[in-house]
Amino acid sequence: MIKLFKIAIRNLIRYKRRALLTSTMVAIGVLFVLVFIAASGSFKNLMIGEITDSMLGHIQVHKRGYMASIDSLPLTLNLNAKAIKKLEIAIKEIPEIEAYSPRIKFGGMFSNFVESSNIKVNGVYPEKEIASIPLFLSRISKGERVIKKGEILIPELLATGLKIKVRDAVVIIATNRDGSVNGKQFKVGGIIKSVTGPGGRDGYVHIEDAMEILRMDKLEISEVAVRVKDFSKLDSVKTSLNRMLSKNLNKQGKPVFDVRTWEKLSPFYNIARMIDVMTIFIKIMLIAIVLISITNVMIMAVYERIREIGTIAAIGTMPEKILSLFLIEGLSLGVTGVIVGNLLAFIVVFLMNIIEITFNFGRQTGFILAPELKAGDILFVSAVVIIVSVLAALQPAFKASKMEPVEALRHV
Amino acid sequence: MSLIIAKNLSKTYHSGEIEVHALKSLSFEIKPGSFISFIGPSGSGKTTLLNLIGCLDKPTSGSLKVANVLTSDLTRREAAAFRGENLGFIFQDFNLIPVLTVFENVEYPLLIVQNVPARKRRERVISLLDKVGMKDQMNKFPDQISGGQKQRVAVARALVSNPRLVLADEPTANLDSKTAFMVIDIMKKMRDEFGVTFLFSTHDPKIVGEVETLFTLEDGMLSSRLDGEGGNND
Ligand SMILES: Nc1ncnc2c1ncn2[C@@H]1O[C@H](COP(=O)(O)OP(=O)(O)O)[C@@H](O)[C@H]1O
Ligand SMILES: [Mg+2]
Repeated sequence: MIKLFKIAIRNLIRYKRRALLTSTMVAIGVLFVLVFIAASGSFKNLMIGEITDSMLGHIQVHKRGYMASIDSLPLTLNLNAKAIKKLEIAIKEIPEIEAYSPRIKFGGMFSNFVESSNIKVNGVYPEKEIASIPLFLSRISKGERVIKKGEILIPELLATGLKIKVRDAVVIIATNRDGSVNGKQFKVGGIIKSVTGPGGRDGYVHIEDAMEILRMDKLEISEVAVRVKDFSKLDSVKTSLNRMLSKNLNKQGKPVFDVRTWEKLSPFYNIARMIDVMTIFIKIMLIAIVLISITNVMIMAVYERIREIGTIAAIGTMPEKILSLFLIEGLSLGVTGVIVGNLLAFIVVFLMNIIEITFNFGRQTGFILAPELKAGDILFVSAVVIIVSVLAALQPAFKASKMEPVEALRHV
Repeated sequence: MSLIIAKNLSKTYHSGEIEVHALKSLSFEIKPGSFISFIGPSGSGKTTLLNLIGCLDKPTSGSLKVANVLTSDLTRREAAAFRGENLGFIFQDFNLIPVLTVFENVEYPLLIVQNVPARKRRERVISLLDKVGMKDQMNKFPDQISGGQKQRVAVARALVSNPRLVLADEPTANLDSKTAFMVIDIMKKMRDEFGVTFLFSTHDPKIVGEVETLFTLEDGMLSSRLDGEGGNND
């Protein structure tokens, strides 16, 4: 095999420019794919991180049916005290869960005594909310970065629309599940930015204030946001949680709880999916580039060397050795391209990290792209390219090995 | 015991509608150690005959035995193995492998075809290059040496694997007459030294003085056989 390698490599060197061109094509393809995977992966992670860490959490649990009518924030579909107890027990049983945050959500009227508007109020336990979505505090653009009793964090949209400043007095009026209307006065503690872009109407109060407005004697929860310790184990955590909760059935025999990961909660999942689809397309393009350029160069190599093939066949070289000779040429082109492509990818990714490319997402600005080459991606891309290189050489090599020596020798 | 036994050997080519009877029922025998030439004008069937004897092609009818093997019955793979084992080839255009040095070209049959261990290989290659007078050029590439030198390297390559028979189709056609005689001379010396049978074709009547047995081919038929000095045929 080593002896065939020597001949194959020398034949590549013999047509240096052509081999160089082909390897360069392969290298550029590998470079492009690896950098794309690294950059898009970084973008995706930042995006997912932003959504899950500043608003959604990784997993949310609702009462079954809540998600279907989430637009009206139905108080009738809250989890009652008994259900909350069961949910908390289940959560505590799963060590991979880092934190969870129960939320009461309701729609209400918001007034600064001059004008009014509607608002979505989230009643949360401040510490639990912060532990579950660690970027929460970074969304507070004005005022103190806390949620105190008697204070409200109002969305930027309402603050500008109603010209409200920090420490202004406002009132929240809401209807509870029994139909009685109640109001409570708050001091504006801060202004909070929306994650998904303008239009967010989410305000935050302490959960006990929420209970007071809704006149709840016993706590009822609209949703629980859950944070896992290791994001890559998200699905398994969801499955365990689901398994533990699925024992709880309602009167109709359906499960009480509805457990969803962020993917089922945010339209941004589709963007993440689209990035994945694009990656697949780019990989297919790479395969096509490798296949076409190497097949092309190998067809030329076989055609140019017909007499040589005739000679070595005549003096007794077995067909499989002739086949190997040309396969090794294809392989060498691919391997060279892969090595060079990987090196270039390392350099480009390194430079991208140095120059710190920034981008904006939603209302957040100044995300720094931190592309990262993963060993798995490198191995996968390299292996695919090398295998495709050999496959690309297969047809021409097979043709060479099948040549009749008499005819090949007669070839001019 | 004859090395080659041809009986009623015929070869017909079909090119479209036309049938070309390149060889018409040839029968002959050749003893081991002979130095033989087939002479005849272009188109008389020399290449066709050498291709048959060299197991590169199959007769349309008749039988051919080379080294006791009925080569007309061999499969493609068996024929390749047979060639690598028993035959050496010298070509009109030298056909050295351009990416290999003189040494590596001669080494090729031992390395790729026969798998001889490195030390033995080196000894054998160098001794043969020495015999054909090309030892001092062994690290050159084919494009760095002359035509006559290339053909001497080709002679060494044909002999390196210790074949029973060396076939050379017009080995001197691309050489000037002085070089041609030198190459024929070397081939003859090799025959004397190794007892290998040499069988070559030529259309050049000038060289025939050098051979021992001369077959004349004309229009696909053997028209005469001349056994000269040293020839051990009856
Ligand atoms: N592959 C082929 N197809 C058709 N005809 C051929 C082929 N090879 C040789 N011939 C014909 O067979 C005859 C003998 O050719 P060849 O053996 O090459 O003669 P020589 O080597 O003496 O010049 C010629 O008429 C030639 O045209
Ligand atoms: Mg000829």
